[in-house]
Amino acid sequence: MIDISESVMQFLLALIVAGPLLGAAAALLPAPPGLKGRSPDQAVLRHGVTVTGVILLAALVLALGFDHDHPSKMQATTDISWIRALDVRIHLGVDGISLPLLVLTALLTFLCALYSYFKMPSGPSPKAFVALLLVLESGTLATFAVLDLVLFFLAFEMVLVPMYFLIARWGGEGRQAAAWKFILYTLLGSVVMLLGLLLIGLKAGTFDMVALATDNGRGLTTSVQVIAVLAIGLGLAVKTPMWPLHSWLPDAHTAAPTVGSVLLAGVLLKMGTYGFVRIVLPIAPEGMATFAPYLAAFAVAGIIYGSLACLALVKPGNKGDLKRLIAYSSVGHMGFVLLGIATMTPTGVNGALFANIAHGLVTGLLFFLVGAVKDRYGTADLDTLAGATGAALYGRAPRLGALLAFAAVASLGLPGLAGFWGEMLALFGAFDPAEGLSRPAFLTFMAIGAFGTLLTAAYLLLVVRRVCMGGPRPAGETAIADVQGYEFAAWTPLVALTVLAGLWPAVLLGLTDPAVQQLLAGGPR
Amino acid sequence: MTSLVQSVDWLTIAPPTLTAVVALVVLVADLFLPQERKQLLGWTAIGGLAAALALLLPLRSGDRETFCLTAATQVKACSYTADEFTLVIQFLVLAGALLTALLSMEATREKLPAGEFWFLLLSSAAGAALLPASRDLATLVVALEVASLPAFALVGLKRGDRMSGEAALKFFLSSVTATAVTLLGVSFVYAATGTLHLTEIAQSLDDVPGQLQTLAEAGVALTLVGFAFKTAAVPFHFWVPDTYVGAPLPVAAYLSVVGKAVGFTGLILVTVVAFPSYADVWGPALAALAALTMTAGNVAALRQSATRARSAVRLLAWSSVAQAGYLLVPIAAAAYSSDDQIGSTVAYALMYAVVNLGAFAVVALVARTHPEARISDFRGLYATSPGAALTLGFFLLNLAGLPPGIIGLFAKVTVFSAAVDAGLGWLAVIMGVNVVIALYYYLRWTALLFRAPEGAPEGAPAGTPVRHTAPAPITLAIALTAVAGVVLSGYPQFVLRFAATTLF
Repeated sequence: MIDISESVMQFLLALIVAGPLLGAAAALLPAPPGLKGRSPDQAVLRHGVTVTGVILLAALVLALGFDHDHPSKMQATTDISWIRALDVRIHLGVDGISLPLLVLTALLTFLCALYSYFKMPSGPSPKAFVALLLVLESGTLATFAVLDLVLFFLAFEMVLVPMYFLIARWGGEGRQAAAWKFILYTLLGSVVMLLGLLLIGLKAGTFDMVALATDNGRGLTTSVQVIAVLAIGLGLAVKTPMWPLHSWLPDAHTAAPTVGSVLLAGVLLKMGTYGFVRIVLPIAPEGMATFAPYLAAFAVAGIIYGSLACLALVKPGNKGDLKRLIAYSSVGHMGFVLLGIATMTPTGVNGALFANIAHGLVTGLLFFLVGAVKDRYGTADLDTLAGATGAALYGRAPRLGALLAFAAVASLGLPGLAGFWGEMLALFGAFDPAEGLSRPAFLTFMAIGAFGTLLTAAYLLLVVRRVCMGGPRPAGETAIADVQGYEFAAWTPLVALTVLAGLWPAVLLGLTDPAVQQLLAGGPR
Repeated sequence: MTSLVQSVDWLTIAPPTLTAVVALVVLVADLFLPQERKQLLGWTAIGGLAAALALLLPLRSGDRETFCLTAATQVKACSYTADEFTLVIQFLVLAGALLTALLSMEATREKLPAGEFWFLLLSSAAGAALLPASRDLATLVVALEVASLPAFALVGLKRGDRMSGEAALKFFLSSVTATAVTLLGVSFVYAATGTLHLTEIAQSLDDVPGQLQTLAEAGVALTLVGFAFKTAAVPFHFWVPDTYVGAPLPVAAYLSVVGKAVGFTGLILVTVVAFPSYADVWGPALAALAALTMTAGNVAALRQSATRARSAVRLLAWSSVAQAGYLLVPIAAAAYSSDDQIGSTVAYALMYAVVNLGAFAVVALVARTHPEARISDFRGLYATSPGAALTLGFFLLNLAGLPPGIIGLFAKVTVFSAAVDAGLGWLAVIMGVNVVIALYYYLRWTALLFRAPEGAPEGAPAGTPVRHTAPAPITLAIALTAVAGVVLSGYPQFVLRFAATTLF
């Protein structure tokens, strides 16, 4: 939109990736004079807000300077040799696929830092919290910005340790077990993924994603592609998560602190689906075509499974945890994303990328809201919250209730809000899958997926009914606070973007579509 | 007629020779030094090791050899070669011994007899430095023994400690048995081929007469056993935990790095240089050995209870068994592919040496205030000494192979890549599962470092920490390894370049 010289763009992208790391190191040092603030804790939390704010600003400027007329072209590229022995290069760049994810990550991390500044989760010192948050941000941003397979793996692994500590130290009940489950599951997946990445790199002779995508799998035999896709796909599927490899997710979400949940759902899960689009689709198309029907089948199974699990949780008397419910709803939503990818058509993949962003916004907002509810009531247990008739948030905290209803409705895919377009396009892609894929099978998947949207609507409306509505409360119950100023500050951007993406999907699709077309046809230039 | 006297290139053999000479100097000087000045011996030893390291510099072109056969044969056969492989391993061994020496400065002041200790350590280091340069089986076995025999005495050096004596005896008996088996194997190979030089053996093994075929095969297999024992590969690993726990802590560190380097160097030399034509015999054997070793080591490490006495050392002992499994993977891979995979083992060994010695150094530091060295003693280390906790966490994550331990991660990547390249997919998958198992105990220990100290509630600010002044040599050792680890993480090419080149 605005003209920024290429070297400035390069610097911005490098800053986005490396800045949070430097910030994390700085967070561990004592504050310099003049920046001491009221207390060391306050100073370090403010440091977190400042660094994430600067990164967000850099990401926004990068988005402004991005050449929107050529979103399929890799921009702001840096390409430096790092480890010659392994042929690993520090190769960074953004195109229409990675740019929205970069901005989303920077935005969500900033909002999380802002939220924690006012409401620090209970646990050990904020110093480590801020440092870990920044390392986490760096790892996720790097995942979306790197164009080298080994570097991608490195970035993929970088988020594990910070997330482990965020859950294990600042989490709620059952946090130790949940944190272990999270890290062991994902590590097992990513080690298998590494084997696939190495296989591709060794057989094709390069780890460069752009070169590999341009080859479009021509340098790899079908059997290599099949094995590589199986290995890489397994690693990404654990991260996404794909049913039946999802079982780490509900525990991790239930135990994680609010900001941990927001980042886990908002950006960490996207690393898995991004890997499918960036690596699997263009680099090993034949292997992907072999597994696409299975991936789609697992995806729709995930949609149905996630919805049914949510329906069970929302039922009165089942002691369903609201955070757990939203975690299961993520399994369902990510099912739509995987279904879109499995169609291997531009429509489906665009839908998947759209649903990716929409899920990040909406579920991020939902976890913020549920976290706020949990803080106010001291529990996220639906039965305790709702009592006999319902929690009646509309009456007791009207703004909080309205926001929760808004997020729930956005999540179920109401047309006009962000959740709609992605799922619609994914289903539409399944109606007419890529050549060579069995159409009857995908029509069946589409029908099952469409049924899943009904189930999704059912449980989300039930949540609204049980949490937001309800009879008059018994006298003497303590009043609960409505939305505070800092909460408004943290949530408004998400609400606004949800509406914007719903009303004007072209903002996103205009970016992703040319890039996806290029990717499916033979890699970015 | 050519002279039978071989020419000796003194500069080429200087690093091990100087180490041996300093060992003798220290032994003699011990007789004349009064008790209060014994620390001088330690600094002499450290100076000697540093000088030996410096002597590697003029050799760095990697093309010198000496003790060559003067008779004109088809292949040039030398007993001592200072090629790139030799130099890297000599650097590893001597630097490892130097760090061990730094760790031992404290122990020799109080508990261990200084003169004997330094003499034994330097002798063992001299043998270990000679081993990678040996290119005939006789020198190889002699070097192996020179490296091992002082190690037995080192293990048993804690006077009046029953555990120490038992550990030494266990180590001695099992090691000697393995050496005897190796010698038997060497004699078989000699009988079948008529030569001791590795390059000549490689040639003659191709056309061993039919009736000697079985003899040659048995010889190859038996020779490998002795070296497998030194690397502590399953099923020759059972001596490791007891020996490490019983030995003085710096000696355990020495065995885990230099002792292991001795084993896999010998293994590489006999397999890749001497027996390449028998790759179909030792390839699958080593692959199976690698899988068994890493699995057994990791599973045992997983089962260590944190509150048992000396559990920190025990865990590091088992983890070193597991790491030996990873080290074996590229050697096994070398049997399957024409590409040179040995470099991955060398790169991994360099990384492992740095971080494992670093971890031992921090354990040695903590053991000063908690002589039991239980893992649970490390709880809340961050509150009392943040530097030690951060470095130990870094070393452990390197061993696990997770960022921020970037060099650990990339060393594992090269090993994986060697396995994938050689088509050993099953081994790569087993190794992958093992990496996950290992993460559990490494990360559990790391997490413990940052917990609130025992008794204090989680999240409460730590009270006034009791400051223990750390002795300078240990601090120096920790600092050296930490700096090496951080530099390598930023620029892994330093060690990984060996993975991409032919070392011989």
